[in-house]
Amino acid sequence: MITLDKRPQPSRLWTIATPLLAVVLTMVCGGLLFAALGKNPVVTIRTIFLDPLFSEFAWYYRPQLLIKGAPLVLIAIGLSFGFRAGIWNIGAEGQYIVGAICGAAVGLAFYPVESALIFPLMVLAAALGGIAWGMIPGVLRVKFGTNEILVSLMLVYVAEQLLAAMALGRLRNPQGMGFPGSRNLAQYPSATSWINESAGMHWGIVAAFIAVIFAYIALSRHIFGFQVRLSGQSPRAARFAGVNPGLLVLVCMGISGGLAGLAGLFEVAGPAGQISIDFNAGYGFTAIIVAFLGRLHPVGILLAGGLMALTYIGGEIAQSNLGLPGAAIQLLQGMLLFFLLAVDLLTNYRVRLRKSEVA
Amino acid sequence: MTIKTLLAGAGIALALGTAAFADAHGPTKLGFVYVGPVGDGGWTYEHNKGRLAVEAHFGDAVETVFVESVPEGPDAERVMTQMALQGADLIFTTSFGFMDPTINVAAKFPDVKFEHATGYKRADNVSTYSARFYEGRAIQGHIAGQMTQSNIIGYIASYPIPEVIRGINSAFVHAREVNPDVEFKIIWAYTWFDPAKEAESAKVLIEQGADVILQHTDSTAPQAAAQAAGDVVTFGQASDMAEFAPFPRVSSIIDDWAPYYIARTQAVIDGTWESKDTWDGIGPGMVGIGEITDAVPAEIKASAEALRDRIASGEYHPFTGPLNKQDGSAWLAAGETADDGTLAGMNFYVEGLTGEIPQ
Repeated sequence: MITLDKRPQPSRLWTIATPLLAVVLTMVCGGLLFAALGKNPVVTIRTIFLDPLFSEFAWYYRPQLLIKGAPLVLIAIGLSFGFRAGIWNIGAEGQYIVGAICGAAVGLAFYPVESALIFPLMVLAAALGGIAWGMIPGVLRVKFGTNEILVSLMLVYVAEQLLAAMALGRLRNPQGMGFPGSRNLAQYPSATSWINESAGMHWGIVAAFIAVIFAYIALSRHIFGFQVRLSGQSPRAARFAGVNPGLLVLVCMGISGGLAGLAGLFEVAGPAGQISIDFNAGYGFTAIIVAFLGRLHPVGILLAGGLMALTYIGGEIAQSNLGLPGAAIQLLQGMLLFFLLAVDLLTNYRVRLRKSEVA
Repeated sequence: MTIKTLLAGAGIALALGTAAFADAHGPTKLGFVYVGPVGDGGWTYEHNKGRLAVEAHFGDAVETVFVESVPEGPDAERVMTQMALQGADLIFTTSFGFMDPTINVAAKFPDVKFEHATGYKRADNVSTYSARFYEGRAIQGHIAGQMTQSNIIGYIASYPIPEVIRGINSAFVHAREVNPDVEFKIIWAYTWFDPAKEAESAKVLIEQGADVILQHTDSTAPQAAAQAAGDVVTFGQASDMAEFAPFPRVSSIIDDWAPYYIARTQAVIDGTWESKDTWDGIGPGMVGIGEITDAVPAEIKASAEALRDRIASGEYHPFTGPLNKQDGSAWLAAGETADDGTLAGMNFYVEGLTGEIPQ
């Protein structure tokens, strides 16, 4: 008979060990799934988790990991503040889109002028755009008590319509022969976020690392981090400690919206290159998984972002080289979150085996 | 293009040159990049059938790989690069949105041949190919105009690009020809494949009185929605969708890529491959008209088949004047036929259509 005893305090050991255990369990169950699909499980797992790092063409994949992981980390860092404080911004995808539109619009407005000021202005516009989009659910919650989960999620769909309208209308490439999509910002030297394309280095990657460092300092060393954590654990205690809950909502929505907007800009001005109808590829939603996989801790998020990028890139290699269906990769990513939530139990509970006693 | 990207391209090309040299005597390797899942029952399904036909035709002389559900953007670029790195000789990129990624990757791999479906950008190692789907739309319009009782035909459009607009115009011209009272209601779904969105669009159109649904999206969801409604006529899109025959699916436009894929693969094997633009219709067999079922009255079926044969033989062009643009201005004089250039960039409705193309 298995029983669960609540731990007086979450186990420190398991807090760190559960994500690793979840990864191992995912590999085991993923392997079983691949075996059931008629693939060699060891080869498949190796292809997904190791080939991007150590195969013959790792020199190409390693920078790609940074490119794929950077927006995830940047957005997830922003989300982690709110999530810690119990403020659920589910609409990072929308803030990502609006940031990209605002930033790209500034860049395109200057085309074809070359100036070192253009890119910083685009960054500023993107951050403001993302913040503004995040402020809508934030202000509505503070003023009218609406549910920020619903409002921020709904605004994703509004942002997608806005994106389509921009790609077809105001931002459309005048030399694009009537096809939707803006000019390619990656080919506009003053506006591109690439630092070195062949090395896979763009400003978004730099920004992601800076965000990790700042978030780490803010959460562990600064009064703001204390307020965020306290509000999440005990809103009442936080109020006594002088935390203004409305202000905290706005600040957290602003941080997550701003960082998501920045991620959108770095993506649109670099790897994606242009505003197109379906420019967004779900980073804003995947970042939610990354934030939780990383335990809402900056360093954890960095690692989780890398792991997620690994499954994307390794998954593509497995599809192409081993003929694995695309849905199997999505299953694997789903398993990862599922196991993480499941083994979370070990952090808060002690599992004991007991002989069943006669009552 | 900066010096840095040129150098990067040269570096990758060098790496590939050696890789290609190493397995010069192995089977010819083909890569396929799909925008949807191979099980979509429509667009991607047919491309995958073309891939399987190539495998069946060449046997061990070719090796094919594919990646499905690839988002149009930086992910597509990575998937193509990965295929090229792994030694692909010929890569088919089967969605309009893969255009810029194809051109970018092709520039880095001058020895790999690329075939991009439905685009307009070519290079020395990039061909484009597309089917004259609008020829099939003419027959659909001919049948639809006579099948409708409510005189309202619903149209689920994907993206406002020339290919889609051409299809709407062709269907409308031929529906009006047989039924002067017919009207089109058009919904822009902004997706190629999203069963939920497609089903919803179909339901909205049916509620607005449409009793015939035409679709330019790839799933069978609209067919299912029509079946549920009971008395709504549909047509298979890209694939035969025969599982919904004889009703609601009364006919279909089938893309048959197999002959083209086999011919291009042969050209690579023979070393005669050259960049070119292919735009084939019913005549050469790239567009097929699925069986017209008995749900269609015999005389309508006979006239539709006659129309099909006249288009196939080149006797009749679906865009033959007199035709005016939506604003009433003259487009084609009596007896004049549209040239391919105008058709390729078509961004206007013909006279009689209501609503606006999203800008």
